[in-house]
Amino acid sequence: MSRIKEKFNQLKLKKETALISYIMAGYPSEKATLAAVRGLIQGGSDIIELGFPFSDPIADGPTIQMASTESLNSGTKIENFFSIVKKIRKESNIPLVLMTYTNILYNQTYLKFISRAKQAGIDGLILPDMAIEESKEYVKAAKKIGMDTIFLVSPNTEKVRLKQIIKSTSGFLYMVAVFGTTGVQTKIHKYTLDALKNTKIAAKGKIPVGIGFGVSTERDVQKYVSSGADAVIVGSANIKIIENTPTNKVQTRIATFTKKLKNRTR
Amino acid sequence: MKIGIPKDGRFGEFGGKYIPETLAPAIEELEKNYLKIRNDKNFKKELGRLLIDYAGRPTPIYFARNLTKTIGGAKIYLKREDLLHGGAHKINNTLGQALLAKRMGKKRIIAETGAGQHGVATAMACASLGLKAEIYMGYVDTLRQKQNVYRMELLGAKVHAVKSGSKTLKDAINEAMRDWITNVETTYYLLGSAVGPHPYPLMVRDFQAVIGVEIKKQMKKIPNAVIACVGGGSNAIGTFYPLIDTNARIIGIEAGGKGVKTKLHSAPLSAGKKGVLHGMMTYLMQDKDGQISETHSISAGLDYPGVGPEHAYLKDENRVEYKAVTDDEVIDAFLILTRTEGIIPALESAHAIAHAIKISKKMKKTESIVVTLSGRGDKDIDIVKEYLAKNVKNKRKI
Repeated sequence: MSRIKEKFNQLKLKKETALISYIMAGYPSEKATLAAVRGLIQGGSDIIELGFPFSDPIADGPTIQMASTESLNSGTKIENFFSIVKKIRKESNIPLVLMTYTNILYNQTYLKFISRAKQAGIDGLILPDMAIEESKEYVKAAKKIGMDTIFLVSPNTEKVRLKQIIKSTSGFLYMVAVFGTTGVQTKIHKYTLDALKNTKIAAKGKIPVGIGFGVSTERDVQKYVSSGADAVIVGSANIKIIENTPTNKVQTRIATFTKKLKNRTR
Repeated sequence: MKIGIPKDGRFGEFGGKYIPETLAPAIEELEKNYLKIRNDKNFKKELGRLLIDYAGRPTPIYFARNLTKTIGGAKIYLKREDLLHGGAHKINNTLGQALLAKRMGKKRIIAETGAGQHGVATAMACASLGLKAEIYMGYVDTLRQKQNVYRMELLGAKVHAVKSGSKTLKDAINEAMRDWITNVETTYYLLGSAVGPHPYPLMVRDFQAVIGVEIKKQMKKIPNAVIACVGGGSNAIGTFYPLIDTNARIIGIEAGGKGVKTKLHSAPLSAGKKGVLHGMMTYLMQDKDGQISETHSISAGLDYPGVGPEHAYLKDENRVEYKAVTDDEVIDAFLILTRTEGIIPALESAHAIAHAIKISKKMKKTESIVVTLSGRGDKDIDIVKEYLAKNVKNKRKI
């Protein structure tokens, strides 16, 4: 059983919603990334999503774009990323998900990249520009290696398509809360809650549904938890903390913030 | 080899639609509507009328007598897209897509632009059809193509200077896509080149194919060679597509910048690797990790790390030759055409001229070359002036 699946099973027994926390690897440095990961674990995050920067992140808003650019400017290469993952694995068994863009995998071939990621200790992949129509080879490679493929659905995804996406998804399904890029601060829309309900119905309890994009406060977390989400995903809010915190204080501040969010999932 | 409607949006292995899920319904709606109007007589009639009365089609084929004499080889003909309204071939596509958008009931149009020609053509089409236009343009490009920024603003469009990434065309596309993701229900994205997710490469090629169709009609016999410049590749695919099943030698010219062996160029077909960007699988300039490389070209319109998927396909099928010329060669060609024919070409188009000069020397005097002169060069005179001030070697020609 994958680490992600196992985690959701455990949380189900405890009747808890998963808190999934995103940070950008190498932003602003490897040291800060490791400190943030320790903070996330300490604060009670259930799954960590590590971003690997891409030069052209079309699904990301200003905060994660900035973090991507800074990480690339500080020299983050794929080798550094895998080395960070291996370091985390020495300290923790927490499920780790890699979020990046299709070209990063395509460049090395899906099979080669995914087996390297697996070897380093990655459990699942999120590619916001991987459409279901183009995913055959990618899903096949991931299955072969035993890597979870976490697909995204949107509030405007139609029923038939939703079913197709669910079929190819493993680990959890990532529901985008808003029409927009990551990190957009907004109120919680009725269309999002309706879509969450429909997505949960389509998932039939077979695959957990996580909700992300614009989820940043305790209130947001609370609202989505009470609306039936199996996981809440917080990203840009973590990046903002890291942006405004000296590296030696990153761990504590991230831990404090994460703990507050995690409390709302219990 | 000639692909009508690409199956699954693929030209051979190239193309597809690698898009965020939020865009999937919009792309589907677009594809459905486009395939419907593609053979709609009324749509064709309305667009045909606009192309004649508003844009100035058909454009002439001009025998460049003096240029031919100066070079002393094959006869060089120019397909005069520079004479179109707005000064470039871009209006062929913007009128088509703006009409489509109107039929789809979308009132807000967004577009990206490099040199500003597509932005201007979008602003014109929108003004004439009563649509609201917002244009994304790389900050670097807003500086080097100031005149076009003001033209767009005069035409009633809002111009957003994009300050992320390399601040050029690639980043303008990123930002336009982000806008589209955010405003997907009200907005039509009017892409200007034969790039992006399916059905854009198909749609842009169809709307630009009028260039090649007219060339075939206007030339007494099929030319021995046709040449066009390739950035994203819209004027080139429009020129080439109707000629694919003829005997003509077809040549696409990429921006070689300071040379394809340096890193300072924009020639993914000459020196790139397959990858995925802006919704398509194609040849890209990228590093070992798959990060997209910064590009360089003297012409903002060709300064792009990718290329339309149909070009990637035609390269791999060996139907079209893709070559690159350097900035220096482009300036030479710009000056030669200006002086011999009294035609100031866009720097983009001067790439095609530069290669025509190279190969015509080796061809027979009875043979013919058609070069698509995709745009006029008024927008580029400051760049040329600055370049000549720095490069003494070329100064003698003035």
